Amino acid sequence: MLELRNVSKWFGGLPALQDVSFRIAPGQVTALIGPNGAGKSTLINCISGVDRVQAGSVLLARRPVEALPAFKIAALGVARTFQNLKLFSRLTVLDNVLTGLTVAAERSFAVSMMRLPALRHQERQLRLRALKALDDFGLAKKAHWPASSLSYGEKKRVEMARAFVSDPRLVLLDEPVAGLNTEETAQIARHIRRQRSAGHTMLLVEHDMELVMEVADQVVVLDSGRCIASGKPEAVRSNPLVLEAYLGRMEATA
Amino acid sequence: MLTTRDNLFYFIYLHRTGLTVLALGVVLVAWPVMESNPYNLGLSNLIAIYAIVVLGLNLFIGYAGQISLGHAAFFAIGAYGSAIGTVTLGGPAWPVMMAVALVAALIALAVGLPALKLSGHYLAMATLGFNIVVYTILVQWDAVTGGPSGFAGIPYLTIGSVVFDNEIHFHYLVWTFAMVALLLCLNLVRSGVGRGLAALAEDETAAAALGVDTRRAKVKVFILSAVLASVAGSLFAHCYAFVSPDSFNIFVSVDFVIMVVVGGMGSIWGTLFGTALITLLPEWIEALESFKDIIHGLILVMILLFLPQGLVTGIVDAVRTRIALNRHA
Repeated sequence: MLELRNVSKWFGGLPALQDVSFRIAPGQVTALIGPNGAGKSTLINCISGVDRVQAGSVLLARRPVEALPAFKIAALGVARTFQNLKLFSRLTVLDNVLTGLTVAAERSFAVSMMRLPALRHQERQLRLRALKALDDFGLAKKAHWPASSLSYGEKKRVEMARAFVSDPRLVLLDEPVAGLNTEETAQIARHIRRQRSAGHTMLLVEHDMELVMEVADQVVVLDSGRCIASGKPEAVRSNPLVLEAYLGRMEATA
Repeated sequence: MLTTRDNLFYFIYLHRTGLTVLALGVVLVAWPVMESNPYNLGLSNLIAIYAIVVLGLNLFIGYAGQISLGHAAFFAIGAYGSAIGTVTLGGPAWPVMMAVALVAALIALAVGLPALKLSGHYLAMATLGFNIVVYTILVQWDAVTGGPSGFAGIPYLTIGSVVFDNEIHFHYLVWTFAMVALLLCLNLVRSGVGRGLAALAEDETAAAALGVDTRRAKVKVFILSAVLASVAGSLFAHCYAFVSPDSFNIFVSVDFVIMVVVGGMGSIWGTLFGTALITLLPEWIEALESFKDIIHGLILVMILLFLPQGLVTGIVDAVRTRIALNRHA
């Protein structure tokens, strides 16, 4: 599905990613973990085209995509959420989810302005899909609310609905439970498990180790922009390098 | 089980946009019967012409989240283009209007490609500069534009044997154009394209990650708004039979922006309200006409301070949020 080959990126002279390589198999949940500043969000930005990689390549279904702009990568079926929510506060919840179907919607200005029956039909289909996605994430009742009026936890779920609504090939989740309480975290974990059983491929950046161990098929560990370990969650958990770089440090601060 | 009443309400809800347009259309058809004072009709006609410009500008400012202080320039290109095309070159009015709109689109493309790489203050300055260039050409190039004293003798528009030569005829002409523009804009914002533009206005990164080609979308909206402004300019020239540079200076551009802001960023219906209010204000407060620019500036500052989304949108949003929260409290 997704393959990274020696991906590197620098911010000025500072290396943010160095020779990162790993693969994501279809239908699997891969968790990307590592201490703060390890380069996890940078990596997600590079995959989704928000940032440019400076060396190495990103292959999506064997096709190099590292030079493509974000909107083209989205069109190839990569959806994402953002660490700091990026919902459109002026739009309703439903319209927010509908923006997740931009790629499936009519793009011509002229056709949209005419609003012929074919377009009305398409719009109706898209609305049904968006409502279905909202229902999946337990938000159907709030479809017509302004997005700005939702709680933080609800906004996180709207963002996930927006990412999953288009049935993307790959979903990048950037810290989906950051800032949520235990109950909301459990809820998100349920949603992630459900999307995995529906066959979705996900790359999950997360600090919450409990969630990672629970939902991930594969764990990749970044430290200072380097990939220091990858493999099954249990194997990674007992990897001495990881314990030293990440879990060890967590114990020290906890 | 739905009752007839439920069905009726659902029908109204489902077709609320179309029905509102229809209702407005009926009022407009009847308007000249109720209001026969040519001066007042002239004012409502001016509102229609400005509304066509401001509808496009609201797509650009309110939906795509950009800024333009130069739309009077496209308005000028339409007006002077039609004047020169019909009088100097002797072309037929309707085809000239279309050709001029095409020229305006090309100019918008040429200006937009480099200018829309900018944003915020820089884009405001670039579009302002464009308006000043066009205005200077209108004033200086006497031989073609008539210079500061203006361009007279522009022919009335005709369809078959109907000549649009009085305020009542103008009314049906310009409001037909305004209603078509309104309908096209309402359709656009209710489509995937409109949602993409709204997304772009709030967060370019998020919009791009969702598949919106942000650069292309901005240029397209800019061109669309330029075409609408140009058509409005052509109508302006044919209705008044005379144009002079003062109708197209940067203060007119600023007034267009104020109309957008008063009506509400991203509110197509609000556009009509904002345009009407700002056009009529100097009439109501006659004594203050000489302070027009000061008052308009004051309105702009107050709205941006207290209701940054615009007067109508700001109030509607506040009410809607309050209702939603109350209902589920």
